[in-house]
Amino acid sequence: MPKPILTIKNLSKKYGGNVIFQDLSLTVNEGDTIVIIGPSGTGKSTLLRCLNLLTKPDGGQIWLDDQEITAKGTDEDHVRQHIGMVFQNFLLFNHLTALENVKLGLVRVKHMPEKEAETKALEELARVGLADRAGHYPGQLSGGQQQRVGIARALAMDPRVMLFDEPTSALDPELIGEVLEVMRKLALEGMTMVVVTHEMGFAREVADRIIFMEKGSIVEEGSPDALFYHPKFERTREFLWKITELYGKKEAQA
Amino acid sequence: MNFGQFISYIASGTVYTVGVTLVALPSGLLIGTILALLYVYGGKTAARLMNLYSTIFRGVPPIVLLFILFFAVSKGINLSAFWAGSFSLGIVSSAYQMEIVRGALLSVSGDQLMAARAIGLSRLQAIRYVVLPQAIRLAIPPWSNEAAIIIKDSSLVYALGVPEILRRAQLIGASSQKYLLAYLSAAVIYFLLVFATSHLLSLLEKRLAIPSNP
Amino acid sequence: MEWLQLLQRFFSDFVRGAGVTLELTAVGLTLGFVLGLVLALAKIYAPRWLSAIATAYIEVFRGTPLLVQLFLIYYGLPSLGITLSQTLSAYLALGLNSAAYQAEYLRGAIQAIGPSQMMAGRSIGLSRWQTIRFIILPQALRLALPSWSNEPISLLKTTAVVFLIAVQDLMAKAKRAATITYNPIASYLAVAAVYLLMVFALNALLKWLERKTKIPGFDIDVKRV
Repeated sequence: MPKPILTIKNLSKKYGGNVIFQDLSLTVNEGDTIVIIGPSGTGKSTLLRCLNLLTKPDGGQIWLDDQEITAKGTDEDHVRQHIGMVFQNFLLFNHLTALENVKLGLVRVKHMPEKEAETKALEELARVGLADRAGHYPGQLSGGQQQRVGIARALAMDPRVMLFDEPTSALDPELIGEVLEVMRKLALEGMTMVVVTHEMGFAREVADRIIFMEKGSIVEEGSPDALFYHPKFERTREFLWKITELYGKKEAQA
Repeated sequence: MNFGQFISYIASGTVYTVGVTLVALPSGLLIGTILALLYVYGGKTAARLMNLYSTIFRGVPPIVLLFILFFAVSKGINLSAFWAGSFSLGIVSSAYQMEIVRGALLSVSGDQLMAARAIGLSRLQAIRYVVLPQAIRLAIPPWSNEAAIIIKDSSLVYALGVPEILRRAQLIGASSQKYLLAYLSAAVIYFLLVFATSHLLSLLEKRLAIPSNP
Repeated sequence: MEWLQLLQRFFSDFVRGAGVTLELTAVGLTLGFVLGLVLALAKIYAPRWLSAIATAYIEVFRGTPLLVQLFLIYYGLPSLGITLSQTLSAYLALGLNSAAYQAEYLRGAIQAIGPSQMMAGRSIGLSRWQTIRFIILPQALRLALPSWSNEPISLLKTTAVVFLIAVQDLMAKAKRAATITYNPIASYLAVAAVYLLMVFALNALLKWLERKTKIPGFDIDVKRV
């Protein structure tokens, strides 16, 4: 029986007068890799930021395992220890080395002793292939390397679920591969992931389910094969083939 | 009185000038930083109050504030002119330093705060371990400017009777009638102090710079 | 509020003092602008030796207290045969001092506009000086306005020290009031309020000037300190 890790019910969010999304419902099961696709400005990033409470939803509920994290009185900082997030602009702490970036959460949030934290941080960096860059500062790393450190930083907290907000959109084309590779490995290892991306090749290969969102609502949801070959809606088909033309061909050449 | 004695009399005021600066600058920094944190992170009412503080203390000439604070402080506590003058200068400086720290805090992108919260750091922890360390580096150049200003403004406390450089120049200039020499000497000493301080802080900036490959 | 009563009592005195303060600011600012512009242009366009002199001037006048400069002029110059009245000494000191700061504001703006516009001007046959005069300066002066606006306000506050050589400005009136009433705190508080008022008014004037002289579509945001 698939066990739900994230349950989202009737979630809504407005900014000023604009409705970003309304009545959104979604279930993410353990080990799932969910990929959310759709045109820009559709509310995908906002949705993701609601999941770890960085943005407060205006209505609806979110459950992490059995705990309703949208309930009043929830310790948000505590919740965020269990949900990892990777940002489009990496957002590494500029004044800290790669190792210190990964260590910070372990020492200050999980209160791990220094030695233990250092060992674990090095392990996570090794996991993303950057053990040899541990002493480098973000300003000394390439975009792809910075993003991988970002992933290591999130993984170090041993989260139940990892959220990826367009992780490769800010990268130069030749650096995208190294990040997608790390994400692919993670998915195969069984990490529960929700990924917002335009990388169709990744979606087709790795996703268990693809969700197509447009104008704040879920248009269609299903397995990669279902969406790509037997989409139920015309809009889905249009969007997928348009994107595949932009991104898919590049992957086919690679 | 020979030339050497003349110059050294004025130069001996340097101790007081440096003393005033070393009291005013850090106290201004301490108060300024606390107020800046309140301004940026303390909510709407706090921000309005801080804005008012900034407007008043930066809108009135330093010497006026110096006199007001000096007389007010002397009324309450029995402080020497040196301490009263130095702390008063520190309070004046705190408004300018608050703006410097505030500018630096705001320059550290709000995204850094967001990333810090995302790994479970509390707001306080995020400010302390992620925002402040980066803000300090951004604040050094304008702060170096403020340090130079304080060294120069320390000359104002001569009016309170503190025997610093300018006062000594005035005294010996009057008694020897060699005003030109006296004030020129004072000018040279001040210049050297400002120059040395700016250089030192420039070195500090380079030392603290976060390594990057351009 | 004692200071309010004091303000009423010495009102006309303070008004006269404020007038002198504004006069000092205006003269100092104008002198400072003319000299500052010369210094800025010298630093950017003049031959090495001349631009070095300009740099030295700026470093010296920004690296020493105004009070020392003021005393040098008023007390020191007579031994060189130049005796100036208190007011003239104040005008000169404020002007020379302000020039050093204005030079930096102007230099920054000219260098921001300079290179590309210089190329454009020369390319249609204008001489160096003509390009500076008709193309670069008009743009640079407008660009400099937001950050330069710090100077009039700073100068207004700086004039307060000239009462120490007995110029009858607002501060001098405050000192007089303090001597008469034996209430220094209230006297200086009253005067502080007047200074604040003047700063507000000046600020509003400068903002208006900024709006009036804006070049449509040319929006470089230089932050007001």
